[in-house]
Amino acid sequence: MDENSLYNTIIVNRSRAPLHAGVVERATRLGQGTNPLCGDRVRLSVRTEKEEIENLLHETRGCAICIASTDLMAEAVTGRTVADALDLARQFTDMLENGSSMVETADAAMPDALRAFLPLRTHRSRLRCATLPWTALEEALDHD
Amino acid sequence: MSVSGSEIISADLSGLRAQFPILSQKVHGKPLVFLDSAASAQKPDVVIDGMARMMRSQYANIHRGLHWMSERSTEAYEAARTRIAEFLGAEFREEIVFTHNSTEAINLVAYSYGSLINPGQAVLISEMEHHANLVPWQMLRDRAGIELRVAPITDSGDLDLDAYGELLADGKVALVAITHMSNVLGTITPAHRLIEMAHAVGAKILLDGSQAVVHRRVNVRELDADFYTFTGHKLYGPTGIGILWARRELLDAMPPFMGGGDMISSVTFEKSTWAPIPAKFEAGTPAIVEAVGLGIAIDWVEAIGFDAIAAHEAALTKHALNVLSEVPGLSVVGQPRHRGGVISFTMDDVHPHDIATLLDRNGIAVRAGHHCAEPLMRRLGLTATARASFAVYTTEHEIDVLASTLRRIRQFFV
Repeated sequence: MDENSLYNTIIVNRSRAPLHAGVVERATRLGQGTNPLCGDRVRLSVRTEKEEIENLLHETRGCAICIASTDLMAEAVTGRTVADALDLARQFTDMLENGSSMVETADAAMPDALRAFLPLRTHRSRLRCATLPWTALEEALDHD
Repeated sequence: MSVSGSEIISADLSGLRAQFPILSQKVHGKPLVFLDSAASAQKPDVVIDGMARMMRSQYANIHRGLHWMSERSTEAYEAARTRIAEFLGAEFREEIVFTHNSTEAINLVAYSYGSLINPGQAVLISEMEHHANLVPWQMLRDRAGIELRVAPITDSGDLDLDAYGELLADGKVALVAITHMSNVLGTITPAHRLIEMAHAVGAKILLDGSQAVVHRRVNVRELDADFYTFTGHKLYGPTGIGILWARRELLDAMPPFMGGGDMISSVTFEKSTWAPIPAKFEAGTPAIVEAVGLGIAIDWVEAIGFDAIAAHEAALTKHALNVLSEVPGLSVVGQPRHRGGVISFTMDDVHPHDIATLLDRNGIAVRAGHHCAEPLMRRLGLTATARASFAVYTTEHEIDVLASTLRRIRQFFV
């Protein structure tokens, strides 16, 4: 099987045993993303302090791509400022949807783990699975 | 691994695969194993060629041109109507209304017949309806103050006939709208009984036959139904063509659904009068070539014969239930008493979309998701399933490939 290209180790591992699942105590922001096509749902709880993301945890019901993407997103944005995180959301979506070249995304300091989703560009019907948590993040950070 | 050989398909249907050019395609370098026919079936050469021939040699708009080409097109279009009337056992060819799909046919009934239902009366559907036979009735409910009732299913995936009877008992149900075969569970509903029970309390009944007509002979007069709908593309015909059959007196009494050309008798700025059926319900230029294509598909299906089709699909379904039950962690959803060639399943907690993507990487096409039946999924306590569905060209070998690939996918995840 050549599933290694998409279902690589980090995606499979994080989908089986997410490291950032749960609910943040004293969360300051909440976000939710749902995909009506498959019923996947991402719930985020975030605690921010002076516009910095201190902690972000998720409750995700979804496929391997969706769970892994949410978990890796949590890792990537924790410690960033809200503006930085929103910028990363745009870059990640752009990388998948518009096929920004890997060089460009390297310039933008895309964390390596998020590059695991690059093979999705040839699985267009599954793009939404990976971008769903980022939609939820935008909701959480855009609405105080 | 080649599945193009006639030796694989059952003896009765040998040679059929060769008539489907798409089946020899490779996907991701693997032979295509197409197990998504319940979503849309592939098309035999005879349909593809027949439609192309019409557009190449005898095509014009129908019913309005006074020239040779228009007359030939009109003849072909109306011959398709006659053919479909015979196929369904309709008493009159005027009872066949061409729509664009089954969804439009149901919307037509919900809008038009729905306008004749009084506030306080009810429409009765079931828990296993496709959104196409649910949302139009919700819209009618909200528009016209009509109650929408939902007949439950049993845990095995059959309609709960006792509950169905109770929902009919107060005599308020004006119309029952129910599937003839579930697109998720494969359940074939007891149409005769449902119709008898509806008529006993004075209700009319619509059967959504989108899945059923593919697998069995349907005779609307024998069934004693009032409305029957199906779509062309699941029956080896083209997309863009669907059928509404209804009793003549019902169609006569119903107001038009859409206004436009071809559906009028006369038009002034003050008032228009309607053409007789079926033209009253066919506003604008219809799907002419697609109607002809559906007629060809029906000729093709009937040449094979529903006895052979049913035997082939029953054998495939039995085989599939056997081999799939041996895949560790796999659960088939629903065990209805009578089922067609549609099997929904889950596998441990591997998400159906991951199953579908990994099957696709191996050339195997299945459907995954809620199958346009979200309330049914909730009833079953699921958010999604994977679904394999079979057609005349499906082989046992393809089902074996599905099962062995599922085993490998499971090893990968668990």
